[in-house]
Amino acid sequence: MYDLIVIGGGPAGLAAACAAWEGGLRSILIVERDKELGGILNQCIHNGFGLHHFKEELTGPEYAGRFVKLLGETGVEVRLDTMVLEVTGDRQVHMVGKSTGYRVEEAKSIVLAMGCRERTRGAIAIPGARPAGVFTAGAAQRYVNMEGWMPGKRVVILGSGDIGLIMARRMTLEGAKVLACVEVMPYSGGLNRNIVQCLHDYGIPLYLSHTVTDIRGKNRVEQVVVSQVDENRNPIPGTEMVFDCDTLLLSVGLIPENELTRQAGIEIDRRTNGAVVYENMETSLPGVFACGNVCHVHDLVDFVTAESQRAGAAAADYVRNGAGESGRLLEVKNGDGVTYTVPQRIRPDRVEKLCGLFFRVNRVCKDSEILVTSGETQIARFKREHLAPGEMEHITLPRALLDKASGTITVSIREVAK
Amino acid sequence: MKELICIVCPQGCHLKVDEENGCAVTGNSCPRGAEYGKMELTHPTRVVTSTVRCEGGLYPRCPVKTDRAIPKEKMFEVMRALEDITLTAPVQVGQIIIENVCGAGANVVATRELLFLERKSDQKEL
Repeated sequence: MYDLIVIGGGPAGLAAACAAWEGGLRSILIVERDKELGGILNQCIHNGFGLHHFKEELTGPEYAGRFVKLLGETGVEVRLDTMVLEVTGDRQVHMVGKSTGYRVEEAKSIVLAMGCRERTRGAIAIPGARPAGVFTAGAAQRYVNMEGWMPGKRVVILGSGDIGLIMARRMTLEGAKVLACVEVMPYSGGLNRNIVQCLHDYGIPLYLSHTVTDIRGKNRVEQVVVSQVDENRNPIPGTEMVFDCDTLLLSVGLIPENELTRQAGIEIDRRTNGAVVYENMETSLPGVFACGNVCHVHDLVDFVTAESQRAGAAAADYVRNGAGESGRLLEVKNGDGVTYTVPQRIRPDRVEKLCGLFFRVNRVCKDSEILVTSGETQIARFKREHLAPGEMEHITLPRALLDKASGTITVSIREVAK
Repeated sequence: MKELICIVCPQGCHLKVDEENGCAVTGNSCPRGAEYGKMELTHPTRVVTSTVRCEGGLYPRCPVKTDRAIPKEKMFEVMRALEDITLTAPVQVGQIIIENVCGAGANVVATRELLFLERKSDQKEL
């Protein structure tokens, strides 16, 4: 019986395992399906990682390497090339590995850190032919940065999420011609800095409120048709633009990978597509925690690390001190302009000093206030000069303020005139 | 007055740079933003990240970066210089791959470790 089994050896799993070790657990297992630790960071060779956590700018592989090194100084056990097939409600983990075969391991606590998956062409139903040359941006990133293959020479990118923007620059630097980046929403889903340094730097046009309405080609993509969309995101006839290209990259969203979570009977939040979690990242199944992109999709790995450290520390606390009293319960609700919050539930009596809260907004706002209310009582207010759906927001609520709330707390945004 | 988005970190501060006033920067939330705003209008620089060929490791490519920002106009020249490189595993993080690449005042360094992998004869290439 392990004290803790961590499922997934990416940034979330690594940080959770290290924190649990620091919290005093000595029998920890990380199960990773790839042939090395580090997860998706290994293919994110661009820089910009680690400014919060390490106070310096690192590339993805460097960030992962730092944590792999930290892990090497602990006694945490790692099983690579091993796929978890099932997690049961009584914390049995079924796994199959190349060298170990089929195993069932039991654990006193579990951290779910499986990360997320890209949405594919099928998920967004793009009409047209079905030739080769349509890739998700992340798959293309792995081909280019790790396996050493170029997916194509003339590229259109659908979706302006960060991976799509990063790949626009990457393909350009590697000699491909990126003809356009196409976004169905009237704003980009990526970080502003990536629009500047990945598109503007190379003169790649960004078409907002546009989408791909046809893919043409027999064996390989030959043309992609792009149309403008109206406010209901329906294509406007007569606005078609035809791009001669051999490749279409899709950067159209990420979905937390929660098959194991669902199978275990853990409650899922329809807004995040991840588990409903408490303030310490515990799921509805006691002793099972979730963190990183499997819980909600982050923009910054530094926030994944911070969240996962909390999950790992909480798992250690659970194993050492038991479940404990839950006390009062607060449900966190979406208010105006807010699309989700993590955590979804707060047990104020379990909050030592501060409780962090992540959320996303549904529109671009300038000069706004973030309001936290409980019933008619306003318990906190934060000012922001700029809010955007592509940028996750973070607020910190002191325990003393949570004690003023009862039943539910609501997070909303309000634009204020200057 | 020129408006910029700071690219120093993912926060993406909205900067205002006053060209008539010695490129004084406002809207930044750290000193690095002020420096970026000034640099971007006078001589813009970027860190280049890419990969080079590598033999004998877990993967056929090794990620690299310039260890400081280089002038923007030298980016493609640096990319061409990387085409000629073939490393042999083992490679260490921070190992210098090209010193003072293209005279741009930065070294190209490896950004991951690639251990030498002994391939067994019965093991198929990936």
